[in-house]
Amino acid sequence: MDLVTFGVQLLNAIQYGMVLFLVASGLTLVFGILGVINLAHGAFYMLGAYLAYWIAAYTGSFWIAMVAGVAIAFVVGLLLESVFIRRLYGRDHLAQVLLSFGLILVIDEFREIAFGKDVHSVAPPAWLAGSFQLTDNLSYPVYRLAICVFCLAVAALIFLVITRTKIGMIVRAGAENREMTRVLGIKFDVVNRYVFAVGIALAALGGIVIAPISTVFPGMGDGMLILSFVVVVLGGIGSVAGAAVGALLIGLTDTFGKVFFPSVSSILIYVLMAAVLLWRPNGILGRREV
Amino acid sequence: MTRSWLIPVVLLALAVALPFAVPTYYVQFVSKALIMGILAMALNLAVGHGGMVSLCHAAFFGLAGYVLALMSPGYDPASLLLTLPVAVLASAAAALVIGALALRTRGVYFIMVTLAFGEMLFFLFHDTGIAGGSDGAYVNAKPELAIAGRQLLDLGSPLVFYFVVLAFLLGVVALLTMLVQSPFGHALAAARDNERRARSLGFPIFRIRLTAFVVSGAIAGVAGYFAAAQFGFVAPQMLGWHLSATVLVMVLIGGLRSVTGPLIGALVLIGLEELLKATTDYWKLIEGVIVIFIVLAMPNGVRQLWPLIFGSSKNADAKPAAVPTEVKHV
Repeated sequence: MDLVTFGVQLLNAIQYGMVLFLVASGLTLVFGILGVINLAHGAFYMLGAYLAYWIAAYTGSFWIAMVAGVAIAFVVGLLLESVFIRRLYGRDHLAQVLLSFGLILVIDEFREIAFGKDVHSVAPPAWLAGSFQLTDNLSYPVYRLAICVFCLAVAALIFLVITRTKIGMIVRAGAENREMTRVLGIKFDVVNRYVFAVGIALAALGGIVIAPISTVFPGMGDGMLILSFVVVVLGGIGSVAGAAVGALLIGLTDTFGKVFFPSVSSILIYVLMAAVLLWRPNGILGRREV
Repeated sequence: MTRSWLIPVVLLALAVALPFAVPTYYVQFVSKALIMGILAMALNLAVGHGGMVSLCHAAFFGLAGYVLALMSPGYDPASLLLTLPVAVLASAAAALVIGALALRTRGVYFIMVTLAFGEMLFFLFHDTGIAGGSDGAYVNAKPELAIAGRQLLDLGSPLVFYFVVLAFLLGVVALLTMLVQSPFGHALAAARDNERRARSLGFPIFRIRLTAFVVSGAIAGVAGYFAAAQFGFVAPQMLGWHLSATVLVMVLIGGLRSVTGPLIGALVLIGLEELLKATTDYWKLIEGVIVIFIVLAMPNGVRQLWPLIFGSSKNADAKPAAVPTEVKHV
């Protein structure tokens, strides 16, 4: 493998890992703060991609689709939290698993009614549609590079909010010791609602940015859900930094696995997960006994 | 209490009489429901009795089915006496490996890890060329039970197949009842209800849980074997986590603390699905709404309705003692 190919694969790995991070950070935030395991997280990733397809087809603008898609997901998140999710606080995990499974069935069927079973594609914004010519027969799409930059910016924003703002302080304190934070006067009713909505919006955003390079298809949420779980298990539940580490590890493992060991590449990330479980059962950056 | 044996006996008599009273289609349908009942009871050993919410039991179920498909010689029937033990052993081995890794974690981690490893098996059969990849593979002939070339049972007949499944189901009920009531079962329940106390009393929690998980996976394999034999077809979806979650719904409907509850849950859910499929294209939507409703409105499963429907039943299972207590894992 020459240096250019290696560089291209490395970029692919980072780009893949960054999108994974967007989705998984939403999942880990929701678990860290709300204590709720949300199997429907992948369904919102799928919904994001379908919204991007639908809105972009109507308006002709990917940017409108992006903003509107995230806004819709956010509002749906607020609604779902106040109608369903808040009834799960303090219930056992089985109830959470089953309720979110019920949500998946409902969301999937709505998707089927609204968009059918067809596979769709979304065009990237025109000025990002080209590609860099690297060598005579090797080029790299500008849009993939833009994903890297965009996701890095979002990741930086998440880290800034979590480490530098009052909201972030509440989020960190809540993930660390929920009861103590409540005693200190933090109203989790409100915090929960917004954290859940942000989590859903992040999942949808992941689906929206991936839509132009992947296809938009019915089962896309399932694969993403499993990957997000692996990311969270690798990094440690509730830890956004852990999600970043886990996501990049999976991006690298999957991308280079496909290059070097194509026949077993789909198994490799699970081997990685098994190794981490043997080494640190609570995740690489996880400290909490769960 | 004195008549607690009555209901099971009546149900069993009904189950024996049923295939002679209904058309073949329904015999096959009930066979399918009973197979799912075996799977649900198997899962409940881990979830209800062991407090381990597993999302990978479909993988053990599907793996056994694939073993039958791979061992079936072309268009000839496979030998039941050979393929069933191999299939069950394969499921048990998978449960041993996955369980040993997943049981290093607790609660929500356990759910995620089982889900991920279950999907690993799904992708193993989906992406690689083993047994037809994503297209699946056919089991062209039902396995036969033959000794020295003489056929004892013809599983090709829906009636015989039904009774074989019923016999295995009774065996599974007996085995699970024995396990749950044994000292092992009590230790498993103790670890579920208060892990710290059970540990300080000296119980080897990890080994107890792992044993329960492996037994549970092996029984799921029995169900998967017969499912593959009945449909004559295996596909990766048999291993997918949607099936695992659906079986969890059956367990919740039937109740977590009894052996046979999940069997009832399976019959109810499969009957309901059949009804919904016949009446609407959007049956999943309605099923999803029903699942959400059950979780929110009936935290202890549909069983809590039974005393209301049947009056104060003398069935020991319906007494408040059998209603699951909330177990928090965090």
